[in-house]
Amino acid sequence: MRTDWRKIEENIFKGLMIASTLLILLTLVLILGSVVIKGLPSLNLAMITQTPKGGFYLGKEGGILNAIVGSLLIAGGATVLAVLISLPVVLYINVYARIGSRLAMLTRFALDVLWGVPSIVYGAFGFIILLSLGLRASLLGGIIAVTLLIIPIMSRAMDEVIRMIPKELLAASYALGTTRLETACKVVVRQSLPGILTAVLIAFGRGIGDAASVIFTAGFSDSVPTSLFRPAATLPLAIFFQMGTPIPEVQERAYASALILTFLILLISISTRIIMKKFTKNVIR
Amino acid sequence: MNKRLIKDKLASRLMFMLTVFMIALIFAIVIGLYMKSRPILVTKAPHELLFGTKWRPLKGEFGFLPFIMGTFWVTGVSIAIAVPLCLLSAIYLSEYAHKRVRAFSLPLIDLLAGIPSIIYGMWGVIVIVPLTRDVIAPFFRVFSSGYSVLTAGIVLAIMIVPVIIHVSIEVFRTVPVELREASLSLGATKWQTIKHVVIRKALPGIIAAVVLGLSRAFGETMAVLMIAGNVARIPSSLFDAAYPLPALIANNYGEMLSVPLYDSALLLASLILMAIVLVFTIASRLILIKIERRIQ
Repeated sequence: MRTDWRKIEENIFKGLMIASTLLILLTLVLILGSVVIKGLPSLNLAMITQTPKGGFYLGKEGGILNAIVGSLLIAGGATVLAVLISLPVVLYINVYARIGSRLAMLTRFALDVLWGVPSIVYGAFGFIILLSLGLRASLLGGIIAVTLLIIPIMSRAMDEVIRMIPKELLAASYALGTTRLETACKVVVRQSLPGILTAVLIAFGRGIGDAASVIFTAGFSDSVPTSLFRPAATLPLAIFFQMGTPIPEVQERAYASALILTFLILLISISTRIIMKKFTKNVIR
Repeated sequence: MNKRLIKDKLASRLMFMLTVFMIALIFAIVIGLYMKSRPILVTKAPHELLFGTKWRPLKGEFGFLPFIMGTFWVTGVSIAIAVPLCLLSAIYLSEYAHKRVRAFSLPLIDLLAGIPSIIYGMWGVIVIVPLTRDVIAPFFRVFSSGYSVLTAGIVLAIMIVPVIIHVSIEVFRTVPVELREASLSLGATKWQTIKHVVIRKALPGIIAAVVLGLSRAFGETMAVLMIAGNVARIPSSLFDAAYPLPALIANNYGEMLSVPLYDSALLLASLILMAIVLVFTIASRLILIKIERRIQ
């Protein structure tokens, strides 16, 4: 009889486990589903081709082109800057630093810590930087804050793939008489290119979706930014402001904007998977 | 010297500097926030700031307690909901599930992590707020506007699920197969093995995973800003509105430059947030590093 009880307990817990896994997956479906159902009816071409006209936030004509362009510019600019900082750092701790080096360990630890810093703190810090430079909320400010936010995300993802490169490959390259820089650029980067691209895309996606870091630093504007020193609208903030109005038409536009943002994020997420699978041309296995 | 070697040396220097810059960034953030919150730190006593309950910036009263308590309430609820769910699914996915089920589920959970917090906030407003207002609160015979601790806790719980599951699965993977086999060969069932061997061995790692989730929930801003209700009073029940620290910071960015000490107070709020998150992340990362060392 004792064995029976053990089996019953196991089955109860197994049932609970399956139920909670299903619940989590179901939530994902529910979130995506409600974004699509709410967003589709109010989605139209004007949304993505026009900037807000007068009285847009009272339900008049216009679209959110300003926010789409602003978000792409900020996330794009930040991604470029973040690559310029992340890639050298990751190459340094994997190629230049000795195995088991203190500095490499410390850097990884610092990246983990930075990864946990909330985006609102990056926003506040970005704001301090802007103040000290004498700048106002602008496209540049948004780029700076988002760069800081995505550096740890990008670096950690890059480190994960570059770390996995077999040490023999590096040894083979050195044996041919290359310097460490040449090995880093021509062997390590090429070998881990799919992983690096994935890391870049993940960071870009995070940059597009984040609102808390740009709320102080990028400001908001109804026109497409024409210079680095002009305030720029972003998609998440556009959704936030539209949700905040009491007017139903404007709220519906918020749902449509959310659908556009979700679509962008899904597109990026799917591209990373395709890259991971297909772009393994130069990779030696 | 050879041109190639000079290039190598130069690149090495540059990369070294960037690496040091990255590590220094943590200190730069803390020092920057501290410098900017000094004006309020020198004019007000620390206990007045931390334990004061009155928030009247126009009268120069800055008591952070309602916001700190709001943060704790919301985070506490989210952890209470997320931890059992995450542990059960992490155990299922790492111990029981077929390889194909795992390969199907993990990318979807990753997707959950990629959804921007503004979308979670909006979803909270259109789904969870009415759920709390019309179903859960009436069930307990209380009135709630729906914008409450519970609503924010539920949405935050979903947002931290991917972090906790991911780290937990990694931790379960570090438990040696030999240990499981030893337990199974003594006649234990699979569940008994998990309960008495795997979970016990993985406990520090699980705690670290939960703390990482906790610090995520702590700093989450936009979603909470939209659904927690934002009333500067210490919540006394699940159905009360809360005003967590990140929401306070994000909500007042427009006005803060016109009122004296206001900007300093908000940057102090960021500093408090940063300090709490730093302690949590550093503690959990140290535990995880120890576990990683053990298996190497």
